[in-house]
Amino acid sequence: MSEVDPNAMDEVSEQEFDADKIKLLPGSSEDGTAATFQIIDEDHTLGNTLRYVIMKNPEVEFCGYSIPHPSENKMNIRIQTYGNISSVEALHQGLDNLSELCTVIETKFSEKILAGGYLAEEP
Amino acid sequence: MQSVTGYPRNHVQVLPERIGAVANSDFPGHYPGEDHTWSLDKFKQNLTLRVDRLTPSRIEFDLIGIDASIANALRRICIAEVPTVAIENVYVYNNTSIIQDEVFAHRLGLVPIKVDPRRVKWKPLPGPDGARVISLGADTSNDENTIVFGLTVDCTRRSNVRRDETDPEKLYENASVFSSKIEWQHKGRQYKHLNLPRPADVADDGMPHEPENGVFDQPPQPAVDDILLTKLRPGQSINMLLYCVKGIGRTHAKWSPVATASYRLLPHIEILEDIPPHLATKFQQCFPPGVIDLEYDERTGENTKVVVANARLDTVSREVLRHEEFKDIVRLSRIRDHFIYSIESTGAYKPEDLLPEAIGVMQTKISDVEESLKKAFPNHMPKKN
Repeated sequence: MSEVDPNAMDEVSEQEFDADKIKLLPGSSEDGTAATFQIIDEDHTLGNTLRYVIMKNPEVEFCGYSIPHPSENKMNIRIQTYGNISSVEALHQGLDNLSELCTVIETKFSEKILAGGYLAEEP
Repeated sequence: MQSVTGYPRNHVQVLPERIGAVANSDFPGHYPGEDHTWSLDKFKQNLTLRVDRLTPSRIEFDLIGIDASIANALRRICIAEVPTVAIENVYVYNNTSIIQDEVFAHRLGLVPIKVDPRRVKWKPLPGPDGARVISLGADTSNDENTIVFGLTVDCTRRSNVRRDETDPEKLYENASVFSSKIEWQHKGRQYKHLNLPRPADVADDGMPHEPENGVFDQPPQPAVDDILLTKLRPGQSINMLLYCVKGIGRTHAKWSPVATASYRLLPHIEILEDIPPHLATKFQQCFPPGVIDLEYDERTGENTKVVVANARLDTVSREVLRHEEFKDIVRLSRIRDHFIYSIESTGAYKPEDLLPEAIGVMQTKISDVEESLKKAFPNHMPKKN
């Protein structure tokens, strides 16, 4: 089990603009298995899909997201694992799974469009 | 699988005064002894996609086997995050029409522009750190990120009109100004950026210029020609330059590539007991035409046997549940993972390109978060399985 380094965030935030996109909120556990991340410029589109796919992970005990205020473009996502993986890893796995899922839908869609066999007149 | 309620697990219950069992529950740990771990192979197997209709302006398809969060994300991205090109700045040189400059400018902004957004670059905001500043010389417009249209119309009296004529369209030239009057102006090397034939008045730069995939695109134009912009009367005139930039629907709805992007869940009707023959017609009339069929019934010798012909046509009005004699012998529901999408394009994209574009935007979002996550927590790289 690896630990979430509380200073890791500060080191990179000045170098790269997009490192500001995600940060750790107070309330994470010492061992990094429970944490709330704040993602800037994301909304229900990514929040809800990520929540779904992270909850599909059997190592994850809890995952939930919220948009604390509609006028602020911030999305908070909390992940608690059973202890075998860190919450950062769970988030990584969730992102990877979601990306695969999207690719499958896209492939299927282009297949079906090429296959034809649908109505072509306006309803 | 039936649950204790009698509804299958993947059905959303449609009850007289409410809906039940809305949320998906196929997560690991929810059902004892069942594995609901994310599996790409299982997902691939269960996913069904059926294109029902594809016309020049709309696409309808069934997407079966996905969670509502995914379905909703695709719908939301189609509406708010797939970029298009729309009129952003209007330079008014003359406007003596009845519509005020600012109202007219807003109206023009909403005219859908047909130009492939993938061929237009994002216009950077001019200030330091991308701040919006208003100062001379700070403009970042160029031929790659801005498309310019002109709108020049004068209204004049027509000669040779009957004395008693009252129709303004016959009395005056340009009494109504339509979107067809919006004319594209070629700037810089746009014929190269936009995959167009070289205009006659543009000098050849000596570099080879071939159409992509053997065909040139259409020059930029309004997607629809007969949008009424304003009406004019003799002596009134309009002279404007319209500057278009790329943007997304979240900023302003004029950049939304869809007129509608929506989905509904497939309705399902279950008849639990035989409907008494004398009530068969009444039962049928509780639903829209085509939903319920009356078949030949041996007991009565007439068409009184009630069968569900096509639940898809049902509007789920729940009329049937208002009748005491039916409410306990019919069960209405919707299939939770069967999404019937309907997406209508405004003209910038072909309707069949909208979903792939939306998925592309989704992938960008995912990789953006992933990249910044790697930067923020470099010691927590994912374990590859």
